[in-house]
Amino acid sequence: MTSVQLAQASNAAVYASMLTLTLAMIFFAVSFAAGRRRPAAAAVSVSVESVESVGGTAVITRTAEAIDRSSDPGRRAANIGMSLTWLSFLTLLVGVILRGVWAGRVPWGNMYEFSITAALGILGVFLVMSIRRDLRWLGLFVVIPALLTLGLAVTVLYTEAAQLVPALKSYWLVIHVSAAIICAGAFTFAAATAALSLVRSRLERKAGTTEIGGWASRMPTSERLQVLTNRVVAFAFPLWTFAVVAGAIWAENAWGRYWGWDPKETWAFITWVIFAAYLHARSTAGWRGNRSSWIVIVGWVAFLINYFGVNIFVNSLHSYSGM
Amino acid sequence: MTEPLDSAVPAPDAGLPDEPTLPPLGSIGLLRWMWRQLTSMRTALVLLFLLAIASIPGSVLPQRGTNPLRVDQWLEQNPGIGPLLDRAGFFDVYASPWFAAVYLLLFISLIGCVLPRIRQHAKSMMAPPPPAPRRLTRLPVSQEFTSSVDGAALLATAQGYLRGRRWRVRLGESPVDGNTWIAAEKGYLRETGNLVFHLALLLVLLAVAVGGVMGWKGNVIVREGSGFSNTLTQYDAWGGGRFVNPNDLAPFSFTLDRFTVDFERSDAQRGAPRLFEADVTYRASPDAEPTTRTIEVNEPLDVAGAKVFLVGHGYAPRFVVRDSTGEVVFDDAVVFLPQDGNFTSTGVIKVPDASPSLGFNGLFLPTAARAGSGMGISVFPAADNPEVLLAAFRGDLGLDSGVPQSIYALDTSKMVKVGLNPLAPGDTWTLPNDSGSIEFTGYERWASFQIARDPGKELALLSALAAIVGLMLSLFVRRRRLWVKVMAASGGGTLVQVAGLAKTDSVDLPADVRALAVALGADVDDERSAP
Ligand code: HEM
Repeated sequence: MTSVQLAQASNAAVYASMLTLTLAMIFFAVSFAAGRRRPAAAAVSVSVESVESVGGTAVITRTAEAIDRSSDPGRRAANIGMSLTWLSFLTLLVGVILRGVWAGRVPWGNMYEFSITAALGILGVFLVMSIRRDLRWLGLFVVIPALLTLGLAVTVLYTEAAQLVPALKSYWLVIHVSAAIICAGAFTFAAATAALSLVRSRLERKAGTTEIGGWASRMPTSERLQVLTNRVVAFAFPLWTFAVVAGAIWAENAWGRYWGWDPKETWAFITWVIFAAYLHARSTAGWRGNRSSWIVIVGWVAFLINYFGVNIFVNSLHSYSGM
Repeated sequence: MTEPLDSAVPAPDAGLPDEPTLPPLGSIGLLRWMWRQLTSMRTALVLLFLLAIASIPGSVLPQRGTNPLRVDQWLEQNPGIGPLLDRAGFFDVYASPWFAAVYLLLFISLIGCVLPRIRQHAKSMMAPPPPAPRRLTRLPVSQEFTSSVDGAALLATAQGYLRGRRWRVRLGESPVDGNTWIAAEKGYLRETGNLVFHLALLLVLLAVAVGGVMGWKGNVIVREGSGFSNTLTQYDAWGGGRFVNPNDLAPFSFTLDRFTVDFERSDAQRGAPRLFEADVTYRASPDAEPTTRTIEVNEPLDVAGAKVFLVGHGYAPRFVVRDSTGEVVFDDAVVFLPQDGNFTSTGVIKVPDASPSLGFNGLFLPTAARAGSGMGISVFPAADNPEVLLAAFRGDLGLDSGVPQSIYALDTSKMVKVGLNPLAPGDTWTLPNDSGSIEFTGYERWASFQIARDPGKELALLSALAAIVGLMLSLFVRRRRLWVKVMAASGGGTLVQVAGLAKTDSVDLPADVRALAVALGADVDDERSAP
């Protein structure tokens, strides 16, 4: 392919991925709106009893699902949504790879490229997590941020592929940025489950029970949502620590100091401290539950501030937005 | 650690104080109470939040450490609140007393928290797993089945199985009913990892401190063809820690033989830098062999324990100034500082040897164009169409006043303006009133280097890596216990109970219990509560 064809193919793949992702969003929304018929209550409570006393685990849904598999339109819509999400992921993967081929380097040279790769990270973390557990209920809340990221990328952030500025020419770019991008996906995932657990816990409090019907019935209980959030943060936090350390090694090599409180570094640190606080909150009386969910959301916001705010508005050594 | 195991089992290590308690009377009691508050999880949490919040202003306001010029600008633009913020340390946040207070308190809390936990953990590593609770079937995950094999043989099998999987095993007998049991525990590395992580954070702080008192760094601008030797006087800016003797720097030197830059010329990101390369010849010490090397942005030069980084570059236009008799009074390239991405650069030429003295404020445009207003601007960073705009002054340069002067600023308070003129390379401007002439003969490039030595950085890296490893152990290892109890079944044979308890996270537990039960001959479908 010629360079122009490569560029067109990459852009076409990104747009195609946005299209399928929009469809996925619609199907997930339909599924959510359809609610879920309650399975026989007894089947659920038996397994719940067996695990919740030590903090609950992921074993409950399978039993519940076995019962209402056949006649649930919401479920069918969600299945279509999942397939479309896989399709978008693969299309986007092609788009990102073609972009890299076009530029002749890793496709992480400016904010457009960071953003399409971050969307890939968000979808990727979600899909990988969904292999081993049922996450159909989460689809809507992962597809929306991914779609927003892509939308911003193609409208506001778009830049033609170009060579890297010298400061980015380093294999640390590959190591540091790929870790950060996976974290982007995981933090987004965790923020989504944390937000849902807040919503759900409110409904549960109002209903006085964890067995609620209506549109929110499709989600797991707030407690299970918190366990899931916890698990994702436990995965993302060491990776984020690694990304920050890799960034420090790179900074040492490029600028002669491993830490200089540049705004980008500062916000990476703030994000890190907030998630460390979250990990502490899990084992601090009075901070488990909803408060710790809020901490995850705040941490995610700090991550976004670092990504968008510092890249675009602040005069930083790290301003590579290419805009 | 604060998560005690199920109350059915004695917790091996006591929880940390979590709930606020009222301060007791008496000064020792009060001190002890304060210490307990400081080392509680809740305080750690609050201090972490404080640390996050305290870090924010430094990312919003310009900071002295990184950008002193912008701090001055900001202060000028905000005469009201500026000085107040300045006094409170907001322009040097990360060196301010209040920022230090937050992280020092956090680390004191950390020490107070970790030391007792090390002791407890050492004890629990030494101690055998706790005995089986009375009613195993009450535990969150348990399984019961009957076997035709006799109890002692089953326990021997269980013991072999668990030891093979590196569980710590203990055999016992219940004093109440005389039944024999096995207790097993695994996952001690979780707490070990957690302690390593927290201690490694302390080491990171220590490493930063070592770098702070024993490290130094300086900046220097070197013109193409010129040299630099590592002594204090050669630096444009230099700062070092308390334990650095600035007169004792390693005596290396280098010359900048050639500096190459390249910029993007296609439309996408036009003008963005694509290549910086500084070819240097260096000597590690005055009598060492000269060596040539290319310094690039991500490839610093390692020499004599210090590192030389390429951090910036710019133009140094060259001028020849003659007095009214035609005698050369100045012939040199002058470093101009870039002001924007297109390298519009400003600089000052001071000619004290002319009489009267001459001074010029200059603007160098590497690719000159005229803006609508007729103002000269640069439209591209490479020197495609270089031009200088000079404003000439005559009079007292103020160099004799004894006050040190910046080489980048002209004090025109005792001078009169002579005129303004643009010059292309080769042009000569004959100044009015018989004041002489100035010729713009061309330009050189300069590169700026940051030269730094940080003796703490290896320790910082090692402790950061230890922190990551500790963190992963702490988050991924699951501490859990298993028990097997055998007793005579009412219908003959042996009744076997297998049960487990996890400390924080029970994901693996059902599988552990099931696998152990199966190893003892249970039918998989027999289980009570595994998923
Ligand atoms: C420099 C500040 C600190 C940072 C960045 C930090 C970070 C962390 C992180 C990331 C964890 C999660 C690891 C895990 O869950 O096992 C953790 C756990 C823990 N931290 Fe800290 N910590 C700090 C200070 C402290 C202090 C001052 C205390 C004592 C009050 C403390 C006590 C604990 C305890 C007890 C745990 C284990 C919690 C659990 O088992 O879930 N930490 N810390």
